[in-house]
Amino acid sequence: MKISLLFVASMITGSIFFVSCQSKGVKKEIPPVDITELTKNQSENHGKEVKEGDIVFAPSIDEAMAKRGNEIYSLKCQSCHRLNDVKLVGPGWKGVTTRRSPTWIINMITNVDMMLEKDAEAQKLLELCLVRMPNQDLNSAQARDVIEFMRKNDGVK
Amino acid sequence: MKSKIFSFQSLTLFLVLIGAWACKPRGVQQAISSDAASKVYVAPGKHDEFYNFVSGGFSGQMSVYGLPSGRLFRVIPVFSLDPEKGYGYSEETKPMLNTSHGTVPWDDLHHIALSVTDGIHDGRWAFANGNNTPRIARVDLKTFRTEEIIEIPNSGGNHSSPFITENSEYVVAGTRFSVPMDNTNGDIPINTYKQNFRGTVSFVKVDPASGRMNIAFQILLPGVNFDLSRAGKGKSNGWFFFSCYNSEKANTLLEVNSSQKDKDFILCVNWKKAEEYLKQGKGKKQSVKYAHNEYSETKHMATSSIENEVTVLDPKELPDMVYFMPCPKSPHGCDTDPTGEFIVGSGKLAAIIPVFSFTKIQQAIASKTYDGTFDGIPVLKYEAVLHGEVLKPGLGPLHTEFDDKGNAYTSFFVSSEVVKWNLQSLQVLDRVPTYYSVGHLCIPGGPTKKPWGKYLIAYNKITKDRYLPTGPELTQSAQLYDISGEKMKLLLDFPTIGEPHYAEAIPAEILEKKSVKIFKIEENQNPWVAKGDDHAKVERKGNEVHVYMTAIRSHFVPDNIEGVKLGDMVYFHVTNLEQDWDVPHGFAVKGANNAELLIMPGETQTLAWKPDRVGIFPMYCTDFCSALHQEMQGYVRVSAAGANVPITFSTGAEAPQVK
Repeated sequence: MKISLLFVASMITGSIFFVSCQSKGVKKEIPPVDITELTKNQSENHGKEVKEGDIVFAPSIDEAMAKRGNEIYSLKCQSCHRLNDVKLVGPGWKGVTTRRSPTWIINMITNVDMMLEKDAEAQKLLELCLVRMPNQDLNSAQARDVIEFMRKNDGVK
Repeated sequence: MKSKIFSFQSLTLFLVLIGAWACKPRGVQQAISSDAASKVYVAPGKHDEFYNFVSGGFSGQMSVYGLPSGRLFRVIPVFSLDPEKGYGYSEETKPMLNTSHGTVPWDDLHHIALSVTDGIHDGRWAFANGNNTPRIARVDLKTFRTEEIIEIPNSGGNHSSPFITENSEYVVAGTRFSVPMDNTNGDIPINTYKQNFRGTVSFVKVDPASGRMNIAFQILLPGVNFDLSRAGKGKSNGWFFFSCYNSEKANTLLEVNSSQKDKDFILCVNWKKAEEYLKQGKGKKQSVKYAHNEYSETKHMATSSIENEVTVLDPKELPDMVYFMPCPKSPHGCDTDPTGEFIVGSGKLAAIIPVFSFTKIQQAIASKTYDGTFDGIPVLKYEAVLHGEVLKPGLGPLHTEFDDKGNAYTSFFVSSEVVKWNLQSLQVLDRVPTYYSVGHLCIPGGPTKKPWGKYLIAYNKITKDRYLPTGPELTQSAQLYDISGEKMKLLLDFPTIGEPHYAEAIPAEILEKKSVKIFKIEENQNPWVAKGDDHAKVERKGNEVHVYMTAIRSHFVPDNIEGVKLGDMVYFHVTNLEQDWDVPHGFAVKGANNAELLIMPGETQTLAWKPDRVGIFPMYCTDFCSALHQEMQGYVRVSAAGANVPITFSTGAEAPQVK
């Protein structure tokens, strides 16, 4: 997966080159390379995409969720994300729940490959940080707990 | 005129070439069929159809290839140190190589046995034998890692191993060298072999749930050499067959002295009977010493214990348990067909291949159709147990594998060929050359009740001109044949690691879904784990300094460490906090006298380092993990023995404070 983008890019370049060669009078037609076919075994297991509206916040913090979220943070997130606004490997979390929608955050946690493929904001962050947001093997419920902890960190009572 | 000269030159060249061909070994220029390439081509991103687990011989490793592509996927260290993975170098894996002789960091890995349920591959474990310092290893096929190694006492050269029974009840260990038993005084003249040297075959029980091995019993046998073996299956389930040579009981110049008799033996063991005797308490406890090493995938560490007892069954006192079956001449391979009816003996020095019938063996035992005894053990009458002989099959038969259509494939070392013949008719159906001097063969599922067929791989002992030369040492060659049709077709050569002896192959679909991708960090029970940066720390315990370190793309916590003093032993316990597939981190520190670590996602591994001088020592991640991998580094300051520098550690200004 690490190299799939590069790989696809090179395959596209390669096939364009190939096609242009073929057009110069060579009669035997060779079908274009089927990139989807060639790369279909290379995908990882993505989490299910979380859609807008899937997440509902209660007006006040669910302390149990936030506590679980804090524990997950210590184990799987803290190495790269600080709770203030300092960027370490990834951005600091202060204000993240106001900067980003909960759907965006949860997909970055559980569905990072999709986000890096599709989402312009996620791609901008990769350019900035130069390290892919890793898949830290959180399920949706765990990611939701982390978001509750982020809300608490952002001062929601 | 000019063109005529040209033609003449061409003709000369042609003749010279033909002349050159004639000097090459037989068959070397045989053209492979024109569709061979497409049959072995696996497009980028596509997966192979089979995993091929190949013994690494004197490399002590097991390698994993894809079939039909011949691509190498993995080298699994088993009886070997592996600096690539830190196996045998990390504190967690060092105990795996412990034996009653202390650490034995190398062995000669000969044979593979994949676990079976009802005689069919179940994809749980691969067993392998250590030939030199007798051992059996179990590799977990979810992690592709060595999970257990058990030493075999009363043995000298564990060659006839680790072949497996129909439901993986037992793997076996037959000693190649007969030796004085471990509990006797071995300080005796070697030429008292006939009086004092004995052979054993060990039945090692495999726990059906965990795979954990223990030596259930050993059978005490005459002082011959046990070579290879196979379990019965189907109708012959409950029996085990061991080829043996040197029935002359020679102890010197075996090349000549053990080749005197026209026939040696295949030993038939009724292991269900042996189980009965064991249950009845007929075994004798014997004091021995052997190591038993296990690796825990939750603790990510190995432990080694020494065991002190083994139970021995003596056929002289316990009848109806073992029988000898005459087999010409110095038999090597001893293979049972998928139905369990036929046992094929391959006498290295025999001009025929004898095929024995299990039904006839049972009849001969029932009617006591014996041809005398050998050291008190009944010898079955050759003609009474013989299904028939394959006549003039080739020179130097070694091993036989089976397809799903009632055919057998035997390798011939001396005549460098594979011969296909029919088990019922005993007629030779086809023969193909190998390049050169083939040893073992592998057909996917070949030793099971359900051969998957399709391919045959020949593992050759001599490579010569098959690849670009690389000095005097050449990689050994494996050759892939298509056996789906009537005629065998050579498809591919591929190089192998060490000297492959036996190999097995299993459909990829049985294994690939079960493959572990990460270790869950929540389940990590290593006593030295740091579950998050809050737990990263450096502790001094007398002269030991323990660094509890975390690794994630792309930094270590801590990455600046001070307060280490000359004379300290420093233990880096590195926990990889990643939870994504294929993101290991490495760890290395300058001057370490062992190797690096390679730590899988969610795992903890420990490198011991004894600094030898005062100064600053760089440490870094050895596995290219991200664009900032080259930034994944740190320093350790080492002070003089009596220095007053306190232990401190940090990573970045924003790092968690010391707790």
